[in-house]
Amino acid sequence: MKLLFEKNVKGSNNFRFPIHDLPEIDLQETLPETHWRETSLGIPELSEVEAVRHFTELSHYAFGVDDGMYPLGSCTMKYNPKINEWAAIQPGFANIHPYQPPETVQGALELMYELQLMLANIGGMTRFSLQPAAGAQGEMAGLMIIRAFHKYNNDEKRNIILIPDSAHGTNPASASVVGFKVREIRSNEKGRVDLEDLKSKLGNDVAGLMLTNPNTLGLFETDILEISELVHKSGGLLYYDGANLNAIMGIARPGDMGFDIVHYNLHKTFATPHGGGGPGAGTVGVKEFLEPFLPNPTIEKMADGTYGFNNNRPLSIGKVKTFYGNFGVCVKAYTYIKSLGMQGIRQACEQAVLNANYLRHHLAEDYDIPYNELCKHEFVATSKKQEQFGIRALDIAKRLIDFGYHPPTIYFPLIVHEAMMFEPTETESKERLDDFIAAMKQIAKECRENPELVKTAPHSTIIKRVDETRAARTPILKFPNNCSDRN
Amino acid sequence: MRYTPNPNAVVKEMLTSVGLFTLDELFSDVPNVIKEKCVLPESYGMSELSVRRQLDELAFLNETSDDCAIFLGAGCYDHYIPAAVSQLIARSEFYTAYTPYQPEISQGILQSIFEYQTLICNLTGMDIANASLYCGGSALAQACQVAAEVSKKRIILLPKTLHPDYAQIVKTYSISDQMEIRFIPEKNGQIDLELLPAYLSSEVAGVVIQYPNFYGNLEAVADIIQMVREKTDALVIMSVDPIVLSMLKSPGEWGADIAVGDAQVLGNSMSFGGPHLGFMAVTHKLLRKIPGRLVGQTVDENGKRSFVLTLQAREQHIRREKANSNICSNQALNALTVLMYLTFVGPFGLKQAALSSHRMAQYAHSLFAEAGFTFPHNVPFFREFVVNVANPHFVNKKLLEYGIIGGYELEKGLLFAFTEKRTRDEIDELVELMTTFSQEISSTNKEQLNNELKGENE
Repeated sequence: MKLLFEKNVKGSNNFRFPIHDLPEIDLQETLPETHWRETSLGIPELSEVEAVRHFTELSHYAFGVDDGMYPLGSCTMKYNPKINEWAAIQPGFANIHPYQPPETVQGALELMYELQLMLANIGGMTRFSLQPAAGAQGEMAGLMIIRAFHKYNNDEKRNIILIPDSAHGTNPASASVVGFKVREIRSNEKGRVDLEDLKSKLGNDVAGLMLTNPNTLGLFETDILEISELVHKSGGLLYYDGANLNAIMGIARPGDMGFDIVHYNLHKTFATPHGGGGPGAGTVGVKEFLEPFLPNPTIEKMADGTYGFNNNRPLSIGKVKTFYGNFGVCVKAYTYIKSLGMQGIRQACEQAVLNANYLRHHLAEDYDIPYNELCKHEFVATSKKQEQFGIRALDIAKRLIDFGYHPPTIYFPLIVHEAMMFEPTETESKERLDDFIAAMKQIAKECRENPELVKTAPHSTIIKRVDETRAARTPILKFPNNCSDRN
Repeated sequence: MRYTPNPNAVVKEMLTSVGLFTLDELFSDVPNVIKEKCVLPESYGMSELSVRRQLDELAFLNETSDDCAIFLGAGCYDHYIPAAVSQLIARSEFYTAYTPYQPEISQGILQSIFEYQTLICNLTGMDIANASLYCGGSALAQACQVAAEVSKKRIILLPKTLHPDYAQIVKTYSISDQMEIRFIPEKNGQIDLELLPAYLSSEVAGVVIQYPNFYGNLEAVADIIQMVREKTDALVIMSVDPIVLSMLKSPGEWGADIAVGDAQVLGNSMSFGGPHLGFMAVTHKLLRKIPGRLVGQTVDENGKRSFVLTLQAREQHIRREKANSNICSNQALNALTVLMYLTFVGPFGLKQAALSSHRMAQYAHSLFAEAGFTFPHNVPFFREFVVNVANPHFVNKKLLEYGIIGGYELEKGLLFAFTEKRTRDEIDELVELMTTFSQEISSTNKEQLNNELKGENE
């Protein structure tokens, strides 16, 4: 389809702001001419109806959870309830300024205070900051807390973060951004942290261990209590990456497993939408002894029952984001938790795990599942059985698109060759899962009987597979013509 | 649970089919000692209507920009959002989609990001823009990290005229010891040009200019950049307000290396500070240093124009600990909002919003001057300026009694912001009320005032 810039018709946009009854000013006096812009703005002109059609057409070439099942492992693409979206755009939440006097935003502050409390309860922590804008920023804030804690204890030689080889790439990247060195821990043949390897890598230079539990294979780290004891004994802290919280919420809590710091992705576990790549929210929570290090400001409930900010926290790691976080996302998560109640949180988790096991069980006949045992909210299959027909995980993923499904996460975790990671979430029905299983079986059959059909998929989309090498080799990152007309 | 579709009988059937009897068995791999400790407060789900009532109650406790004339800015502004933007951004194909890693079913999102990148480049006058960052503050912090990495030097110069929260965020991001922050002093609400040269040395990695700066003033950008270029190899980072750029010179025209800022003003609601979005645009030579996602144009197998996430080799999921940033998610939906806003208001509308805001500010400034108020700075400003006020907190309290949300409180002044949404009447009332209060203050003895404020703090 055409780009906006190819639809530019000079003079077609008749949007206007009101003309105010104000005394004339001489711009040459108020703004020195040396500051005046000399180049075109490069904004195309479209009539309102043409612009509406442009964006509507773009939406036809997007695929959301509302369009179909999205079994994207590690991403928890559950249904995003509409009441959450309604809540966030209420004027009482959308049209308030972050620097308004606290007495004029008591509802917003109460919501944030209550939300952090609910998140703390779910995780077995004592306090949360809602400030980080995304999982990666939550990780960064959490790791900064680890660093600040060791610094406070004059133990600055601890500059190593231990990370399992099954971890998401963001974990080591976050550690590095905060100035830590990364030491990798091997997974054992059961797909869990290798305790012997962990022991050999602990020491007085280790600041902490970052762990996802269940891990990226969807397997619960059954040795978690021993892991936690080992790390704590060596003087390190335990960091919980909440990417997979959906698998345990309401059943088990990271705090009870010995984790000292956690981050959640509200856009995964708490049903706020992914927005085509954001905004999310990467709230970070801690045990009591780490509270002083949380980002500034915290939200406090005063003795008189009102709410306010506390910036006077000298040990805080500081601010990580402008203002207080992605508040609108927090409103959605709050609405979600209220709608479910703690009982519903547990039920959501149970159904998510049931759906994953159901899917795993029924795909095992046609696909290789390297750790085919009780899984949590997700599991990893591979294209090993299809390799003999020249089929890769990528091909199966692309063929699923033709059946109306979003592909699973592929080529992750890195420790599994040709991985396909499925996470159905709790919001899919048995009928939907059965249809999905039927599609996967059909694809397995096609791999045997007509592999070309799979290798050249998808066949139903507006474009075929793209030339990614060309995109990277000769980057074209913007439309070249500056709308030609000076406007 | 409300959003789990399987009735109990179906759940039983599914359990049986995987060889289990109870849901509890799904968690047999979790040690009992852990499960036993998981005691959550007893709370049950609420009906949609009940939840809605509760949220209505909370929302009602907040004073909104619909209820009050608001003169707060300082990085977040009450601009008008066209109805078409609000309507279209609510399409769930957009907001329930994941990051567009599957180009075949994500061309709509990928094309929108490509268009957004183009518009950010055009507005800032730069060559390459990413798909967005979290916020203006963290975008600036990431730009400073780019400067440190490219130059292999540590010193980052931040002006005292920079938004204090932005400065704090850069400081937080400097934890890795990659950066050392030094502050350039201010004079008359601008970077002090006389003292600046003393800070410039070959050890400087980056110099930051906010434009307009925190006080709303225009910096002497040309002079600053000239001094920086003469004495350093540092990167010049400009943090800019994109609405203002419709009238003022872009970072590209000034000759900056990196442009960052917060684009909340372009169609995003204030939402108590988020979600907004940061943007970043750089010159060609920094192509491989820019953090965050990039969408590029390519072709599909049939040679058809297509868009795809590209240059991912820079990013965390490929480079792991060697990545130059850990960012994954950005603020894609807010970037799409920006794209829609710019399209619907168009080039003329954008200039009109900027000019109208500027005229409001000029009008208010002249009224304040006529009423005898003084100003700490005597330099050109755009749509925000500081008025000297002996007790800003007290004045704001009084304004609130009249349904006006006043300015950002400085030690001895109020920073007022103006947008096209304000009216002449609102400004007349603001200045009139403030004149009355300042007369009250001068007639109230100091002790009384102190007592009043003390009482309020208790």
